[in-house]
Amino acid sequence: MSFSDSLPPQLHVVAITLAQILAVTVVLILCVAYLTLAERKVIGYIQNRIGPNRVGPKGLLQPFADVLKLLLKEVVVPANADRFLFIIAPVLSITPALAAWAVMPLFPGFILANINAGLLYVLALTSLGVYGVILAGWASNSKYAFLGAMRSAAQIVAYEIAMGFALVAVVMASGSLNLGEIVQAQAGGAGLLNWFWLPLFPLFIVYFISGLAETNRAPFDVAEGESEIVAGFHVEYSGVSFAVFFLAEYANMILISALTAVFFLGGWLSPFQGWFAADSLLGAPGFFWFALKTAFFLFCFLWFRATFPRYRYDQIMRLGWKVFIPVTIVWIFVLGAMIAFKLPPWFA
Amino acid sequence: MFTQILFYLFATVLVGAAIGVITARNPVHSVLFLVLAFFNSAVLWLLLGAEFLAIVLVLVYVGAVMVLFLFVVMMLDINVEQAKSGFTKYAPLGLVVLVIMAVELAQVIWVRHMGMISADELAPVAADYNNTRELGLLLYTDYFYAFELAAVILLVAIVAAISLTMRRRPGLKAQNISSQVSVRRQDRVRLVKMDSEERQ
Repeated sequence: MSFSDSLPPQLHVVAITLAQILAVTVVLILCVAYLTLAERKVIGYIQNRIGPNRVGPKGLLQPFADVLKLLLKEVVVPANADRFLFIIAPVLSITPALAAWAVMPLFPGFILANINAGLLYVLALTSLGVYGVILAGWASNSKYAFLGAMRSAAQIVAYEIAMGFALVAVVMASGSLNLGEIVQAQAGGAGLLNWFWLPLFPLFIVYFISGLAETNRAPFDVAEGESEIVAGFHVEYSGVSFAVFFLAEYANMILISALTAVFFLGGWLSPFQGWFAADSLLGAPGFFWFALKTAFFLFCFLWFRATFPRYRYDQIMRLGWKVFIPVTIVWIFVLGAMIAFKLPPWFA
Repeated sequence: MFTQILFYLFATVLVGAAIGVITARNPVHSVLFLVLAFFNSAVLWLLLGAEFLAIVLVLVYVGAVMVLFLFVVMMLDINVEQAKSGFTKYAPLGLVVLVIMAVELAQVIWVRHMGMISADELAPVAADYNNTRELGLLLYTDYFYAFELAAVILLVAIVAAISLTMRRRPGLKAQNISSQVSVRRQDRVRLVKMDSEERQ
């Protein structure tokens, strides 16, 4: 008799779910660790350097050395800081980034929680990440941290609207709020031409750039802005609590990349669907394609950081409110016309 | 049974958070207690099977409204002790509101015994029941005019808020963004080609 048979049937479901959650989370955190290494390597090569190559073969153990160093450092709580909020702020910023993976369709037939309102759930959770940043800035009792928090809050609230409108169009095109069904709606004989990036092209661009702004990444990283406000909202953090902020930023990057892949590039669908046989290596859908698409967007994150200078703050606000929001509203009407005229191959 | 335990757990946290909102000395803590209260009421709605409303409550109130609220409260420099000194002056008014609310609550509980259905008497829904679809169908058919009216009222509120805060002061300096964006390299940088100088 195996171990799983000895459990009562109700606990069966719980045990399997917990194992799945653990598997997804551990893989995600490993991805975060290696994303930090990838960032240093990629930006290194873009800037004609080699990047970290001392720890382990070809520098592959560098993330673990970094984590170990941060774990061993002292956590300093500034004088007159709000102690409880100061400690809990990094936790508040990582939790939504991990919890959003519950509704992510990873490969055909697998979603941790297959809920109907999956897209709304993702929107709600990503909008919670800002609390970590604001509370960190306020609880630190430091003017630089507070300035960073203010900038971040205004920026995230502005870009969330454009992001929400882009997702409204995705919902219109797919007719569902369930992420698995959104992926299914992009399947078709034309392979990658069937995905939503083509009919929703402006929104695809708006969504990804808003994602850059939501994660406070370059060129929108004024919340950190090391040349003006030292390190922004996490200037007072050290040791483990700083590491958690770092983890949250990279987990959010992976989340935005994966969501862009699901909404606009057909998630786990093969780009050659309909061109090759459905059971051949290139024609079959699978986790491989999803990972490849996510990795492409992650590379874009790093590429942009190495390429673009930081935006001026008023220009960030102008881009969000005066460019992106009108573009999304206009394209929702264009999309409505496309759906009304049943434009092939997407809406036939 | 399990659902009931969950209900009492979240309901207790909700009531605790609501008490925290009015007893916390620091206004930022009050706002955070309010966030916790919203979150717990969303969970209670989830327990009732109203997942769309629950998630929208988190999205709109916790994700947007309370963030801006927190923003404002953090910027204010309130002396809490001073604000609380005139507290008793408004006690009679508070008592009146309290009595009205107590009567209303009692009425709801009383009416429930008069034939209003409670949550456990509601018919269980099928597994593929889609809360979002049902709400959408109702809003865009039976309640279409009310829905559009609410949208127009919100639009009026937006226009009013903007027109109240937008002031044109004389002597205000502003950047001309379009001329900044359309600037070309030739306007700013001049490349000068010259021969290298003779070694001295």
